[in-house]
Amino acid sequence: MDLHKLSLKDQLEGLKKSEFTSVELTSHYLKRISDHDEKFNSFITVTEENALIQAKAADERYKNNKSLPLDGVPIAHKDIFCTKGVRTTCGSKMLSNFEAPYSSTVYTKLDEQGMVMLGKTNMDEFAMGSSNETSYFGPVSNPWDTEYVPGGSSGGSASCVSAELAPIATATDTGGSIRQPASLCGLTGIKPTYGRVSRYGMIAFASSLDQGGVVARSAEDAALILEGMSGHDPKDSTSLKLPSPDLTKNLKNSIQGMKIGLPKEFFEKDMPSYLEQSIQEAIETYKSLGAEIVEVSLKNINLSLPIYYIIAPAECSANLSRYDGVRYGYRCEDPKDIEDLYMRTREEGFGAEVKRRILIGTYALSAGFYDAYYLKAQKCRQLVANDFTNAFESVDVILSPTTPGTAFKAGEKNDDPIEMYLQDIFTIPANLAGLPGISIPCGEHGGLPLGMQLVGNSLQEDKLLQFAHSYQSNTDWHKKMPNI
Amino acid sequence: MALSDKELKEITYLARINVKEESFSSLKKELEQILTLFEELNEADTSSVEAMSHPLDLSQPTRKDEVTEENQRDELLKNAPSVKSGLFIVPKVIDGEA
Repeated sequence: MDLHKLSLKDQLEGLKKSEFTSVELTSHYLKRISDHDEKFNSFITVTEENALIQAKAADERYKNNKSLPLDGVPIAHKDIFCTKGVRTTCGSKMLSNFEAPYSSTVYTKLDEQGMVMLGKTNMDEFAMGSSNETSYFGPVSNPWDTEYVPGGSSGGSASCVSAELAPIATATDTGGSIRQPASLCGLTGIKPTYGRVSRYGMIAFASSLDQGGVVARSAEDAALILEGMSGHDPKDSTSLKLPSPDLTKNLKNSIQGMKIGLPKEFFEKDMPSYLEQSIQEAIETYKSLGAEIVEVSLKNINLSLPIYYIIAPAECSANLSRYDGVRYGYRCEDPKDIEDLYMRTREEGFGAEVKRRILIGTYALSAGFYDAYYLKAQKCRQLVANDFTNAFESVDVILSPTTPGTAFKAGEKNDDPIEMYLQDIFTIPANLAGLPGISIPCGEHGGLPLGMQLVGNSLQEDKLLQFAHSYQSNTDWHKKMPNI
Repeated sequence: MALSDKELKEITYLARINVKEESFSSLKKELEQILTLFEELNEADTSSVEAMSHPLDLSQPTRKDEVTEENQRDELLKNAPSVKSGLFIVPKVIDGEA
């Protein structure tokens, strides 16, 4: 049986009914990884031995009628989530030998519900990038066509789920790092409301924007696991003091009479005709399902990119100051004094994009510039958030493309940082406003998938998943998988 | 937006990142490109808006001040590049006679 063709939900059902064991399911995926991942480089570390121990334990629990809610289902974790006993690199030379002394809350929660970790996935260094080409462990390729990038920064997570080397993977999103790779790899990727998923043990990039989530093959699978990851965590002071949401309850409800907003500022942009056509078709599908389409205006939305490229680097420059070559991580050879130790450790330990962002952030926060840049950006950020608040008074969700086009070729955008930053033009606003966003496949062009994005009001992940599931129950785009 | 050599040197020192002579000018160009992007914010009228502090405007929950972590010194030192007698070792910081 091709176990990887079953949805995650069906895998869980199959385990419950003893149609197969977790050891069989886990071994099946481990074999696929060893057979195929050489082409994609989607894993940094494969935890084969540990996975089989976890799978055996799950099978024991099923045998003794003591099974856990997600028992025995495999998952891949982005290598940004700390895992005790397994190295966590964040895609950087700086942490290439780092073994965290504790596990992230996301890992712990899923582990406690019985999930089996297959390994740690590749990513752009410190989650900075949109093509997964900045990883110290080498670029990741797109399973739809290995000459193309999988997107980033959660490129390894998207690539391995798309190649069906894992049924689902965790990911993180600071400006689009879940939704953009999901779009480029033909997957469903959801970033919840800021504060829904604990950031404890999730290596920090820009703390006011970072949020954990998943890439999956359907909204239904994503709902199941996101629910298991969410919930208040006293170890993260920005974690929302709310119980874990029930994300499967409304999944199958009709969207009849609900309203979808189309932001006119997004649709005024120059879009390739294939993208416009796919989005139009998706809108027609939603109309046929009973949704009402309304034009909305997010008048400050065009400020999003500059706001993001002040706030994210500023916070990154502060967060990454901890990598000093003293307490953990890389240290340069033969430092002649303490200054030399700092300066060369950070020169040699960080890649080009990370250094660019630290320097930009340092500049924006330096004496005399704080008001002009960081403070101004935080004010403009409030303007963007206000636009969303106004829009959600009249609509349930906001629809747009996820990315400006399908995947691009490896190396194509490496010479121009701004060109790469434009990849996230549609996804960044949700991070600025702390809102949940989802990308779902809605078409293809030239053999490569493309996605649409739905953004919801705060805490309305259930509604986003309902819209996504409703679309996926009536279309087949999410079922298309690459031939690998 | 132009960045002077002196400014760039200052930033690289503040960030404690050594930059090799030969990559200085290309780095400067890239940073200038990004800084130019920031100028778009000048057009926005922010005279009547407060800077955002938390997207959901909720107060941050506090917890009781109780010790929850055990002493993990040896565990933590395992990741350090240089350790002696339970201490992090770095090059000499203070000059002067021993």
